[in-house]
Amino acid sequence: MDKNNLIINLEDISFSYPGSPPVLDRLSVELYQGDRMGLIGPNGSGKTTLFYIIMGLLKPSSGRIEIFGRPVKEEKDLRSLRQRIGFLFQDADDQLFSPTVLEDVAFGPLNLGKSQDEAKAISRRTLESLGLAGFEDRITYKLSGGEKRLVSLATVLAMEPEVLLLDEPGTGLDETTEKRTIEILKDLNVSFMLVSHNIDFLMETTDYIKCMTNGKIFVDDERIPHSHVHVHEHGRYAHKHGPV
Amino acid sequence: MIWEDFASVDSLIHHLDPRVKIVLVFLFSVVVAVSTRFVVLVSALALGVCVTWLGRVPIKGLLRRLAPVNMLIIFLWFFLPFTVEGEPLFSVGPLVGTHEGVLYAARISIKSNVIMIMLIALVASTSILTLGHAMHELRVPKKIVHLFFFTYRYIHVIHREYLRLVNAMKVRGFRPGTNMHTYKTFAYLVGMILVRSSDRAQRVHNAMLCRGFRGNLYSLSEFSLKARDVISLILMLALILVLGVLEWTRIT
Repeated sequence: MDKNNLIINLEDISFSYPGSPPVLDRLSVELYQGDRMGLIGPNGSGKTTLFYIIMGLLKPSSGRIEIFGRPVKEEKDLRSLRQRIGFLFQDADDQLFSPTVLEDVAFGPLNLGKSQDEAKAISRRTLESLGLAGFEDRITYKLSGGEKRLVSLATVLAMEPEVLLLDEPGTGLDETTEKRTIEILKDLNVSFMLVSHNIDFLMETTDYIKCMTNGKIFVDDERIPHSHVHVHEHGRYAHKHGPV
Repeated sequence: MIWEDFASVDSLIHHLDPRVKIVLVFLFSVVVAVSTRFVVLVSALALGVCVTWLGRVPIKGLLRRLAPVNMLIIFLWFFLPFTVEGEPLFSVGPLVGTHEGVLYAARISIKSNVIMIMLIALVASTSILTLGHAMHELRVPKKIVHLFFFTYRYIHVIHREYLRLVNAMKVRGFRPGTNMHTYKTFAYLVGMILVRSSDRAQRVHNAMLCRGFRGNLYSLSEFSLKARDVISLILMLALILVLGVLEWTRIT
């Protein structure tokens, strides 16, 4: 792949929280323009930590970070970078802090220096594109869990990021909202890295899936035979199914 | 918890510009707080009752909100008549209540109730959100306005966390009593809420940084003074001025 299209390039990143064994152990990962990468791994495998490091919220103890082709070293580099990367937090209550939905979605654009009217217009447009028209004056803490998640996504998308980091966007959603989220993610025209426990969710929304264990990311393409319990008529007689 | 149950009523007071309401409550409270003459205090009380009536504040709700203030004042009535020096008025056993003491207690009672009534009638008729924006418009320091908004936004989240913890305690058979186990459990509860709130604050700050936060919060609402607001402002200012003049010039 073309080096120019490399958006996120981490090399040999190590990180540990004080007094604990390393969470990330010389981890390397690359994300190219147009990639939709899924990331799966057990609890505590460092998926969220990895996102925090990309956003510059945590500093790795060693390793090299290059984002949009430029090395990231100082706080100064992070400012402009955070405007181009959208980070969807695991808990929507962390993300939504303004009293009303419109104000929360407009917060990002206003920080980017847009005028009040521009920010409002962008926010309305973003909300509408997510099927949230009419939510502008709703009070954020009174939204349901699924609504909160979608509004959080709107707050991130309103900044028109070039790449998204999505931390468990499908967790805790009912079937309908999950389907809706999947449809929205499929239609998005941005590269993203998506963390989830749900392999079905990942299969639907991403182009390829990497695994994360023991502080490292690797491609797990081993084919494992497995069986599903399923039910249909005449199931009591031995039978075969066609190729899937 | 914040219920904002007065804010949904529809009345003249509810349509006033919130900035006008804040300014009026502030000036009114200052004048009433420094007044000592009964003629001023009683007039102020009458004014407060009028505004309450105009604002269609439900009487029951109003009394419920005044109750905690008056609980404190009852204690003043137990002590003040007996501790202020002056002409003896009545006696309870060896204790002598003075004329001055009773007047003093009466003054404090009227003052606190009048200020509370006005505050409830004017400020409680505004939603918290609008109040915050009005404070911002009135050039109240940004930090105070932010503090106000964040408290409003996260008090519910913290309350929910509190309920979750309480439920977790209940389902494991916790029943509060007067014993060490209860005190310890409540201490853990408070500690846990503090720790969780602090973690939450850290995460919210991170989320804000990720969206380009640089210390500025923006308000999207705009207020405009209408004729009604200007008239109410002038009228009320005049009445407050009359109260002030009555107090300081000592006319009748």
